[in-house]
Amino acid sequence: MITLTYVYWLLGAYLAALAWRGWRDRANPRRHTTALFWGLLSLLLFVAERLPPVWVGAAVVLLAVLAGFGGLRSGRYDQSSAEQKQAEAQRLGNRLFWPALLIPAVTLIGVLGLKHVSFGGTPLLETANLTLIALAIACVVALAAACRLTRQTPWSGVEQSRRLVDAIGWAALLPLLLASLGSVFEAGGVGQAVAEVVRSVIPVDNPFLVVVAYALGMALFTIIMGNAFAAFPVITAGIGLPLLVQHHGADAASLAAIGMLSGYCGTLMTPMAANYNLVPAALLELKDPYGVIRAQWPTGALLLGCNIVLMYWIAFR
Amino acid sequence: MNYWPLLGVAAVVLGFVLRLNPALVVVAAGFVTGLAAKLSPLDVLEVLGKAFTEKRFLLLFLLTLPVIGLLERHGLKERAQAWIARLRGATFGRLLIAYLLMRQGFSALGLNSLGGHAQTVRPLLAPMAEGAAQARHGELPEDERQRIRAMSAGTDNVGLFFGEDIFIAFGAVLLIQGFYAEHGIRLDPLQIALWGIPTAICAFVIHALRILRYERRLARRLDGDGAPR
Repeated sequence: MITLTYVYWLLGAYLAALAWRGWRDRANPRRHTTALFWGLLSLLLFVAERLPPVWVGAAVVLLAVLAGFGGLRSGRYDQSSAEQKQAEAQRLGNRLFWPALLIPAVTLIGVLGLKHVSFGGTPLLETANLTLIALAIACVVALAAACRLTRQTPWSGVEQSRRLVDAIGWAALLPLLLASLGSVFEAGGVGQAVAEVVRSVIPVDNPFLVVVAYALGMALFTIIMGNAFAAFPVITAGIGLPLLVQHHGADAASLAAIGMLSGYCGTLMTPMAANYNLVPAALLELKDPYGVIRAQWPTGALLLGCNIVLMYWIAFR
Repeated sequence: MNYWPLLGVAAVVLGFVLRLNPALVVVAAGFVTGLAAKLSPLDVLEVLGKAFTEKRFLLLFLLTLPVIGLLERHGLKERAQAWIARLRGATFGRLLIAYLLMRQGFSALGLNSLGGHAQTVRPLLAPMAEGAAQARHGELPEDERQRIRAMSAGTDNVGLFFGEDIFIAFGAVLLIQGFYAEHGIRLDPLQIALWGIPTAICAFVIHALRILRYERRLARRLDGDGAPR
């Protein structure tokens, strides 16, 4: 059976290769700390579940310190000139698209097609993490196809990705750190405190204002947590369920569905949702790390307004 | 009720306002929250360590980068731009709106991985959007180029977020069902998923109108009298 553990090993090996190449890149003024960062991350992918959590936590703090005090810099990469790229684009034509399209295509085949494939009762892919495993397989297949097409080795693929990885830098770690912060918030009871504060400032007897408070509360707490899933149980237990469903008799199903989507509006507006908002800014090499948020916050704000109207209209229909 | 853990929220806000490095801000806020909630520093490290171990899958997008790096070195972006420039009628706005519709549709079917910033936006969508705008207006100023890329990334997010909730096996719907079940209200997932549709339609209309509005502004700026081309 292919489990998520093997996928972590694959990623760990890739990051180890990045660390080794980074170490030898003399053009990078911070090559040792850059290499240490990726090397430590690689190590954690191999051994994190076998270490005491306190040690992993200490390593995470060290990673954040390396990232936070400018330990990650870019080096020099084997790049082709604009003319070379144009010439290659001409020569290879639309065949260049195929390996890129193989990533979603093979993932899809893996998820839909390999779900029921099993040998002697053991499924080929670990069913709990099907999508992630299929994605990893798709990356390997696509890399093989890209190597065949361009007549390069997988190693040069790793080398070419350093340019991208160094551009992303510490932002790669941020979604993980924010997820960890979410756990600390939960352990510290931040959600209950927020719900309590919101409840103490709203006029409880006006159903429309409570709807407004619920939707805004979902968006606001999502902006703080970076994740509507963390906001939903807290804000719904604090406001939605006691005040709207039980006190005013709102319809539970539609209230929760639109409430969750009000949280998603918050996701569009916050740097805390790093993997949707900050990592793409780095991936697309935007000068403004908040560029993606700037492009999408008006959609989020307008939609939040729609959600309030929809929620009041549908949940009290 | 202990309100002191809210200091952690304040620490996050302050850190972002002062534009300190977000990685450091987040870890520092973790310690502030933990200590305010009377956890020991070792407890905080333990929570951090456990969360890291469970959420390592968030790093998996890195595995797509060798393919993208290799293809980009051999002209993937250039090819994407040339291809879209040759399609008659393919404008920047139509391209993004078509992608939005597709992304919403596929994620409503639970096919979230057909798209994404590393898999499709950087290698294909953003270069095509730039290429389409360039084919119409000539060489683009750097700020508009950046804005087009940002809009492409935003379109992927909007499409994903407001499509996936319609699919009944998606986590959000099950989370809602589980939450209510704990409080003694039994709901059918389909009942919940259905009410994602009105918002999904609003999201499509709002974002599509914003794309078109941006496209019109871009045209006015670049094709207006005496404006630089």
